[in-house]
Order: sequence, then C-alpha cells, then structure tokens
Amino acid sequence: MDSHTWTTVADVAAGACLLGGSFLAFAAGVGVLRFPDLLARMHAATKPQTLGLVLVLAGLALRIRSAPAVWALVLVAIFQMATAPVAAHLVGRAGYRTGKVPSETLVVDELTADVRRAEAERLGRAGTPPVDPEGTGGA
Amino acid sequence: MTLLVLLCATLLAVGATLAVVRAEKGPSMLDRAIALDVVVAVLVAAIALESAVTRSAVAVPILVVLSIVGFLSSVTIARFAAVEPAGEGRVLSRAEAAAAEAERHAREVADDEAEGRDGVDRAEGRDASGEES
Repeated sequence: MDSHTWTTVADVAAGACLLGGSFLAFAAGVGVLRFPDLLARMHAATKPQTLGLVLVLAGLALRIRSAPAVWALVLVAIFQMATAPVAAHLVGRAGYRTGKVPSETLVVDELTADVRRAEAERLGRAGTPPVDPEGTGGA
Repeated sequence: MTLLVLLCATLLAVGATLAVVRAEKGPSMLDRAIALDVVVAVLVAAIALESAVTRSAVAVPILVVLSIVGFLSSVTIARFAAVEPAGEGRVLSRAEAAAAEAERHAREVADDEAEGRDGVDRAEGRDASGEES
C-alpha cells in the first residue's frame, strides 16, 4: 500500500461522505415540504443540520487533509451540535405555546399534563380547590 | 468525480428549492423559520462541497461563522411567535393586498373625519376603534 493508494481511498471515502450529506439535505427539503405539521417538519429539518453536516465536513476533511483546516471543521461540527438544539427547543416551545402542536397527534404528551397540574396547584394556592381534569391524582 | 460533484450539487439545489417553497407556503412563521434553517444547512453543505472540489481551505472560516450564528434567526422568530388567526400567515396575492390597503385607507379617512368633528373625544375614540398595530 503506497501513499498513492491511500489518497485514492481517501478521495473515494470523501465522495461517499459528500454524497450521503447531500442526500440528507435533499431528504430534508422533501420532508419540510411534504410533512403535515410543525413537529414533523422540525424532525425532517434536523437531518442535514447534524448528520448531514458531519458527513459533508468529514468528506471535506478527507479531501483537504491538512491539520489546521480539519480542526476548524471539527469546531464547525461542535458549534452546530451546540446551537441546533437551542433553536429547535425554542421553536418547539413557541409552537406549543401558540397552539400549533395538536395534542391528539402526540403519542406522549407530558407537557400538557404538567401545565394542567401547575395550573391546578396555582388555583389551589389561591384558595379554590385544586382541579384535576385528567383524574390522574397528581401522578 | 465530476459526475459525483454534479449529483451532489443537484441534490443540494433541489433540497434548498423545496425548503424555499415551504418557506413561501408556510402556514406559520415557525414553519418558515425551520425551512430557512434547512436553507442555511444546505448553504453550509454547498460551501463545503465547493471547498472539497477545489481542495482549498479558504472558505472554512465562513463555515465556522455560519455554524455559530445560523441558529439566531429561528431563536429570534420563536421569541416573537404569536397566535396567528387562520389565513393570517399566508402571502397575499396582489389583488388581496390592494383590497386590504384600500380598506385601511378608508378607515383612516373615516377616523380623520371623526377627529375633525369632535376633537375632544380623540383619545377615547382612537382606543375604541381598535387602532391597527
């Protein structure tokens, strides 16, 4: 195995990574356009933001093969993984608060139960008897 | 290699176009924010693809900056998200926009005339008429 073979292998691997990342970006476009509600679209949108980005950056690193650039690309991946959940959390929360998340489509809905319980506790503290519309007994 | 690059570029372009279509249709501002996040992710992938083709690290700082500030737009939009009445988030057609503008103008003229008649009740009248914000 001489060095020429290794550069060829690296180039082929880079091509595969770039193709995979590009396909995830395409899939995200299809998903964001066709999925029916906000949370489903958020789910589709996360694909190129994390895995797709990591694949594309790995492909770029395999092509450049210089240490400073590769460290910068690692930094890009870390920043993206640190910031994408912040945006997703706030968008999901704003969507819930403004009624864009229909709770009958959810399999697990802990937030609605929590909000109702907090509301019941608040009313109970204010003097009226606590309300437990679900009949869950505060479980 | 050229074929691969063309295929990747086509996939990225189609993905970005579909996301832009969602940003236009949108029904709410949050859907648009998500669609534009996808466009930013595709932009990062496109810049990385271009760098990979030319084997140059010149554009890597652009990727760093985009990954740091890319989430700020959707955070800002989420902060100001409000309950939108049905149909509110739609982009108006030219005729609908003209009709809304004419209605607003007519209301302003009516308000001005009301002010001219009884200037004393100006403040209360403005409050009661539900001034457009």
